[in-house]
Amino acid sequence: MAKKEEKVLGMDREKFRMFMGKYGIGVILLIMMVFISIMEPAFRSGSNMVNVATQVSINAMIAYGMCLAITTEGIDLSVGAQLALVSCILGQLISNKGWGIIPAIVVAILVSTAWGTINGFLISKFNMFPFVVTLSTQLIIRGLAQVVSGGQAIPITDATFKQIYSAKLGPIPFPILVLILATILMYLVLHWTKFGRYVFAVGDNMQAAIASGVSIIKTKTATYAISGFLAGVAGVIFTAKTASAQSNIGVGYETDAVAACVLGGTSFAGGVTTVPGVLMGIFIIGFIYNGMNLIGIDSYYQSMTKGAVIIGAVLLDMVMNKKNS
Amino acid sequence: MAEEMKKKEEYVLECHGISKAFGGTQALKDVELLVRAGEVHALLGENGAGKSTLMKCIIGLHQQDEGTIQFEGKPYAVKGPVEALNAGISMIHQELNPEPHLSIAETIFLKREDTRGILLNKKAQNERAEEILRKFDFPHSAKTLMKELTLAQMQMVEIIKAVSCNARLIIMDEPTSSLDSEETEHLFRTIRDLKAKGVAIIYISHRMEEIFQICDHVSVFRDGTYVGERSMEGVTRDELISMMVGRKVENVFPKTDCEIGDVVFKVEGLTGKGFENISFEVRKGEILGISGLVGSGRSETMRGIFGMDPITGGKLYLEGKEIKIKKPSQAIKQGICMVNEDRKNFGLALHRSIRENMALPTLPLKQKAPLLNKKQEEKDCLDMGKLLTLKAASIEHEAFSLSGGNQQKVVLAKWLLANPKVLILDEPTRGVDVGAKSEIHSLMCQFAAKGMAVIMISSELPEVMGMSDRILIYHEGKINGEVKREEILSGDEDQESILRRAFGGK
Ligand SMILES: Nc1ncnc2c1ncn2[C@@H]1O[C@H](COP(=O)(O)OP(=O)(O)OP(=O)(O)O)[C@@H](O)[C@H]1O
Ligand SMILES: [Mg+2]
Repeated sequence: MAKKEEKVLGMDREKFRMFMGKYGIGVILLIMMVFISIMEPAFRSGSNMVNVATQVSINAMIAYGMCLAITTEGIDLSVGAQLALVSCILGQLISNKGWGIIPAIVVAILVSTAWGTINGFLISKFNMFPFVVTLSTQLIIRGLAQVVSGGQAIPITDATFKQIYSAKLGPIPFPILVLILATILMYLVLHWTKFGRYVFAVGDNMQAAIASGVSIIKTKTATYAISGFLAGVAGVIFTAKTASAQSNIGVGYETDAVAACVLGGTSFAGGVTTVPGVLMGIFIIGFIYNGMNLIGIDSYYQSMTKGAVIIGAVLLDMVMNKKNS
Repeated sequence: MAEEMKKKEEYVLECHGISKAFGGTQALKDVELLVRAGEVHALLGENGAGKSTLMKCIIGLHQQDEGTIQFEGKPYAVKGPVEALNAGISMIHQELNPEPHLSIAETIFLKREDTRGILLNKKAQNERAEEILRKFDFPHSAKTLMKELTLAQMQMVEIIKAVSCNARLIIMDEPTSSLDSEETEHLFRTIRDLKAKGVAIIYISHRMEEIFQICDHVSVFRDGTYVGERSMEGVTRDELISMMVGRKVENVFPKTDCEIGDVVFKVEGLTGKGFENISFEVRKGEILGISGLVGSGRSETMRGIFGMDPITGGKLYLEGKEIKIKKPSQAIKQGICMVNEDRKNFGLALHRSIRENMALPTLPLKQKAPLLNKKQEEKDCLDMGKLLTLKAASIEHEAFSLSGGNQQKVVLAKWLLANPKVLILDEPTRGVDVGAKSEIHSLMCQFAAKGMAVIMISSELPEVMGMSDRILIYHEGKINGEVKREEILSGDEDQESILRRAFGGK
């Protein structure tokens, strides 16, 4: 039973485990990038990288909100429907009512933030399951989107509005700037503010958090409000991209967001996540789509690959972080 | 040869040269442990000495990096607690981990359920559990859910579970840390019965009196190394302590008399679940001890005051003004803080760092800027850690990686950092070693001297008697008598008279 330290890649076994526990997701990301580059050299080009980063910006907004929700031991399933509602409000206000772009965006994002707040309030005040609450509000929100749009796709022809997706600062498209800004803000919020500490404390041990004076209602309501706000931002970018308001968009978007969180080491048991981890998770999902498109693999297989990669990553994480309880 | 055979038979458990490291922390270095059949073998060592780690290696929760274990003369290697149990070893864990939605019966028979074919035989299982519970005079039926029990009762269920599976070696890792004297006595009777049946017991505790009372041999650990083994006969308390800490611990209860000022906090006719019409006051600089049996309403009263449970009647006054407390945040804001006895459920976020845990209650108070001032926070945490002799590689490590006693120090630290007007301590030194205990005690006196009012619940009579200016004694939800420090010092009141009141006498 005496077991000498085995060496793995020149590191102590224990050290290797800790390294992989911390940076495993980065290693997976690198391996994927090398693999796709070999299969398809075009992948490596700067323009393709910019392309991927622009595309993932939408999922990134949603995933950041989702990682907050998951860290408080919850989930936000309403994000996809929020996307649709924001899109329909924009279409209605800009194309049909002739509103200016800025007021329309402000109103749309306020609405999605309000829905997030409602989610959070229901969850924290009445101690309802986040899964059930957001599954239900999702239905209401999507219904509202249909009401607002009258069931019709509304084209948005305003050129300035479309610029939101296509405008560039030097070589960098606007959505990437939003992504960078959101990443910095999220990092600060989670790791450098009282609110971030409360999110972690509530997620890890709610009773201990209450006994330490943390307000569950405030923390969780703010969490879901932020998730709603970010879903609103994602909705604006998405609508600018498609230049059309539709009530049936965003279906299944929560899946990619949850996937990015899980890949990034966010624990469904609550209390554990990191912003850099989630960002890498977001890019892994992005590279799966992009890489397979480049290589020319059918979209059915993309979905299957995504599922397999997630299970693999989670298994790896569990082996690496095997907790001796 | 024959000599050697004989020696082999003598020991049920032999651990040789065990080493175990967690990342950079060497928890065990080449330690020995020899346990004879039918004896109670004590393990003694400071917090973080590696006692629990060695036990977890024995039942297969950890795999040692080096070293061999022999059980009943045969090489022994198991992958987990279930295998260990099948081999004949069961363990009572230091940190309880109950499944709140299981019944007592289900908890006791977890992983060894009564079955009839593939179906569970609930009825038979419940009956068997009832029978075992009766033997222990346990006050609840086997169908009660775990979440309805108090910490002490959960501990009893854990004990019952471990002794009911016919193991030939039972490991008890601080079984009495949340029990009162009566329950402890019950456990000791059980231990004597087991011993008579030839069962060996490894007994870990920081309460020296218990070790002298019940144990035959003692092995001492220090900083993950093995110091030596002694027979309990002929060894002195001081000798054991100096083996353990490597120095002398002078005064176990370093109570200093400090000036007692005005009344800071007053409770009038407080009533709630488990306590009735409680009135008392506590003054600046005073340490008010609260004694009584577990379940007598001591903790319940304090939880009520702190806003964790609803109170149905009565008034609270802070510095002469009536205050209302509906939740802990209100209590904290007004300067009333509480160290809960149940550190796992109400004390720590185990997957977060020591720093985050320590700083949590004081964030609104100390962090006014939008972004955290981590430098100041780090300084506060390190200073407090040093005061409490916290043993941790770094304050960025997660709380679960600490030994039990060091986790307790983190809980204390987080409330001491809040520097409250009234500090309620529910079993403040649960699982803390002798040396650190006396540090904590002198710290309590220092804080009292600065004008804090301290309310301390403790099931350890010597602790309450040694530290309090005044003691309130609880019996069945009511205060049944008050004892002053002078009365203890003059010998008018003693352990016996306090216990008598705790049992309802005059
Ligand atoms: N899972 C873990 N990960 C990292 N370090 C650990 C882990 N478990 C224990 N340690 C470390 O190993 C050392 C020994 O811990 P152990 O729990 O065995 O102490 P102990 O003697 O039982 O102390 P106590 O009296 O406080 O219960 C400590 O320094 C602790 O921080
Ligand atoms: Mg221990």
